Amino acid sequence: MNEPLLRVEGLRTRFETRGGVLHPVDDVDFDIRRGETFTLLGESGCGKSMTALSIMRLIPAPAGRIVAGRVLLGGEDLLSLPEAAMRRVRGKRVAMIFQEPMTSLNPVLTIGEQIAESVRRHRGLKGAAATRVVLELLDAVGIADPEQRQREYPHQLSGGMKQRVMIAIALAGEPDLLIADEPTTALDVTIQAQVLALLRRLQRERGMAILLITHDLGVVSEMADQVAVMYAGQIVEQSARAPFFAAPGHPYSRKLFESLPEIEKRAQPLAVIPGAVPSLARAFTACRFADRCDFAWQTCREVVPRWIRVSDAQAARCHLLDAEAIQQAPEHAPRPPAHLAQRQRTPAPVAPLLEVDGLKVHFPIRHGLLKRTVGQVYAVDDVSFAIGRGRTFALVGESGCGKTTIGKSILQLIRPTAGSVRFDGEELTTLHGERLRRRRSDFQIIFQDPFSSMNPRMLVGDIVEEGMRALGLEPDPARRRARVEALLDQVGLPRDALRRYPHEFSGGQRQRICIARALAVNPRLLVCDEPTSALDISVQAQILNLLQRLQDEMGLSYLFITHNLSVVAYLADEVAVMYLGRIVEHGTVDEVLGNPRHPYTQALLSAIPVIDPSARREVIRLEGDLPSPARPPSGCHFHIRCPHATPQCRTHYPAVTRLGASHTVRCFLYEADDAAEAGC
Amino acid sequence: MTKFLLARFGSALLVLFGVSLLVFLLIHLIPGDPVEVMLGESSQPADRAALRHALGLDQPLYLQLLEYYRHLLSFDLGESLYSRRPITEIVLERLPATLELAVAGLCVALLVAVPLGTVAATRRGRAWDVGAMSFSMIGISIPNFLMGPLLILLFSLWLGWLPVSGRDEPAALVLPALTLGTALAAILSRMLRASLLEILGEDFIRTARAKGLTERVVIFRHALRNALLPVITLLGLQLGALLAGAVITETVFSWPGIGLLTIESIHRRDYPVVQACVLLISLGYVVVNAVTDLVYARLDPRIRFGDAAG
Repeated sequence: MNEPLLRVEGLRTRFETRGGVLHPVDDVDFDIRRGETFTLLGESGCGKSMTALSIMRLIPAPAGRIVAGRVLLGGEDLLSLPEAAMRRVRGKRVAMIFQEPMTSLNPVLTIGEQIAESVRRHRGLKGAAATRVVLELLDAVGIADPEQRQREYPHQLSGGMKQRVMIAIALAGEPDLLIADEPTTALDVTIQAQVLALLRRLQRERGMAILLITHDLGVVSEMADQVAVMYAGQIVEQSARAPFFAAPGHPYSRKLFESLPEIEKRAQPLAVIPGAVPSLARAFTACRFADRCDFAWQTCREVVPRWIRVSDAQAARCHLLDAEAIQQAPEHAPRPPAHLAQRQRTPAPVAPLLEVDGLKVHFPIRHGLLKRTVGQVYAVDDVSFAIGRGRTFALVGESGCGKTTIGKSILQLIRPTAGSVRFDGEELTTLHGERLRRRRSDFQIIFQDPFSSMNPRMLVGDIVEEGMRALGLEPDPARRRARVEALLDQVGLPRDALRRYPHEFSGGQRQRICIARALAVNPRLLVCDEPTSALDISVQAQILNLLQRLQDEMGLSYLFITHNLSVVAYLADEVAVMYLGRIVEHGTVDEVLGNPRHPYTQALLSAIPVIDPSARREVIRLEGDLPSPARPPSGCHFHIRCPHATPQCRTHYPAVTRLGASHTVRCFLYEADDAAEAGC
Repeated sequence: MTKFLLARFGSALLVLFGVSLLVFLLIHLIPGDPVEVMLGESSQPADRAALRHALGLDQPLYLQLLEYYRHLLSFDLGESLYSRRPITEIVLERLPATLELAVAGLCVALLVAVPLGTVAATRRGRAWDVGAMSFSMIGISIPNFLMGPLLILLFSLWLGWLPVSGRDEPAALVLPALTLGTALAAILSRMLRASLLEILGEDFIRTARAKGLTERVVIFRHALRNALLPVITLLGLQLGALLAGAVITETVFSWPGIGLLTIESIHRRDYPVVQACVLLISLGYVVVNAVTDLVYARLDPRIRFGDAAG
């Protein structure tokens, strides 16, 4: 009776690459019961997606192959089915949605047609009957006006809508199990909240089990019934949600929690996992995590740990939990973390380093044969702020809000349409040519994607050195080399990195190279454009620690552009929240994140999945998507999604209201208060 | 869509204007005296003066240009020096043969290239792929003036199945169409293979497979339609070249089309006819490319609706 819906036993998948044979899935077991949400948690490359694709038998052939194990769906082994029978399982009994809704739909077919295809295949319906089901499905996933939408093409929909369409396709076969591979990773946090809520509702209504793959502990906490933590091709811990979040059993799980940036950790460096994920090409004869574990001893390096039950609901593969193995452990305290020095916050200084005043960046929209300008994209619309010396200023907002454009226009990589940018008192917008070029050594940028922001055909040494050479900072080649080596030391890279190419490094290491490149010219301001959003949690912790240390040592100022509010909480001094090209709220981190006043800031904060269930707030669900900055709504841009909108909001843009020493907000809700206070 | 059509039509007109201007200038850009080139070095000065007058070359340049466009707009291309017949008439006689050959060649090319490219891409690295790509390499390497005679040798002289040349019976179309088609097929199948391989790695193909669709539906419905987009662009360019390249093929097979007419007229120094032929071939290019864009828009909704969303 209590037979699981899906039972995976001893699953092993091999992958042939140029670097050798890998086992991204190496002896994986788990059960999923009907109607429950089972989350597979792990960092990139741990094999979680490969596990999902193995269940679906969609491993890219001929490089990949399932070599051992059983995948029992309702007692039937999927791995022994002929391909034709497997095709009747895919989309019908097990459906799957993917990380990238942008590219997961066929661009040349209407979305109605793409859903109908599954309806026809798995329900045997045709014509009008199929169309009716398509409309029902679109309605079920919360797409308004399905009649109109089904005739549209993917490029006409936003990312969140596309993911809803993907879910509709998955529902078409009325599956027992939905595999969701990082379904919200590519989406903004308010949209993520919508999609997660949708998944929960559909699960409740349809009694469908969900295998949710994610790297985000917050998402796990909000969604999971069961949690499995995967590391280097194996599940290292399995647990029900509550005991896992109360006390993670495996040292790796514990490290994941410790390396999360949070406001409480502000004063100290984040915990990091030393070293890197071991290569999956090698055969493991001991604990896979031993080399990076603070508690490892001899046994861990010699014997493969077995599953140890911590409680009825929790088990982990770790010798620490094994009463027999622990006997042989030497009496030792856990290794202390590398440095626990308390950070001293720089006090707010007198004159700011950078002052931005009334900045506007508009891009013309051109159309037709003669490229007439038919409109403007208001990417940045009247933005002002200042950054103090040695301080970190964070710009937060969802994609398309203009935060990256601000970064680029400060560096004069995009020329502002209007407004002023003063660096150390000097106006940058009127600087041109050689004078601007000379000034560039003062402000540098680090980009989001460390993979594409370096020339793949240049040696790392040359990449780091190029800025010095271009600005003539160090004419002597030998001294220049020495400085490059010192920089590599400073960012924690081996000196032999000098003569290697960027592709030889991992994502975190590449971001270190980018930081070294930026530091080479002795900048005073570093614009960090989402520097950690392409990185795993544990690697993110390393980079954040590095940025903290560099700021302490060199007194750098940071303009930190991000959508991740936890990073802001951990790192920043001041924060500005942006919506559609405008700053809606501005203040110190404590003011804005501790006491958010603008309805958008409140919604943004509430939409972040929180780990601690007791700290969970009521999610303020924002309806709809971010409007296009080419056609911003009148008045306050936020009024169409705002739960508190008044007629006034539709016609007028609120003025700045001062709420505290440094806390300002642009919202009519607070104008009256302000006036009242002034009256007293 | 209407806006798109108008824009496309407008830019085609612009190109046509430029091309016709170049053709007009052609006669003036020839080094030396064009009349002397036409009549030969041993011609009498009186004859030259007469021809110059007949062609209007004794007029000032701007008058010639006005005259040229006036005639062009009324589809009057002048008179052949050789046969004394209106050029429009001569060209219209020859045009069907060229169109017939081009369409037949295109059909051969597509019939060969689409299966070949698909098979090669879906069986990447295996014998089928190697075979298909070797065939296409050979097709690219052999020029039409060699391919034509080889085919004649095999099918007409040795096997006696098909006529050697001319356009007297329907079977005569086979060899020239094959010659033109294989060269095109070779390029197209390579392009299709590369484009299909790229598409097969896309996320939406994984989605299609995860839906439980059969491999056939995945390839023909989801992959091929996307993969054909870049192939169609290439096809447009190549088809224009096909019209021009037909000059060689038509000569080899004595196929009475525009290409052969061009060659004959060059031999006869029938300059006005050469001019008309060049104009016609360019017109072919422009029309084919405009049509390509329309087909592209038909296939790709992102172009049809203008990718403003980005």
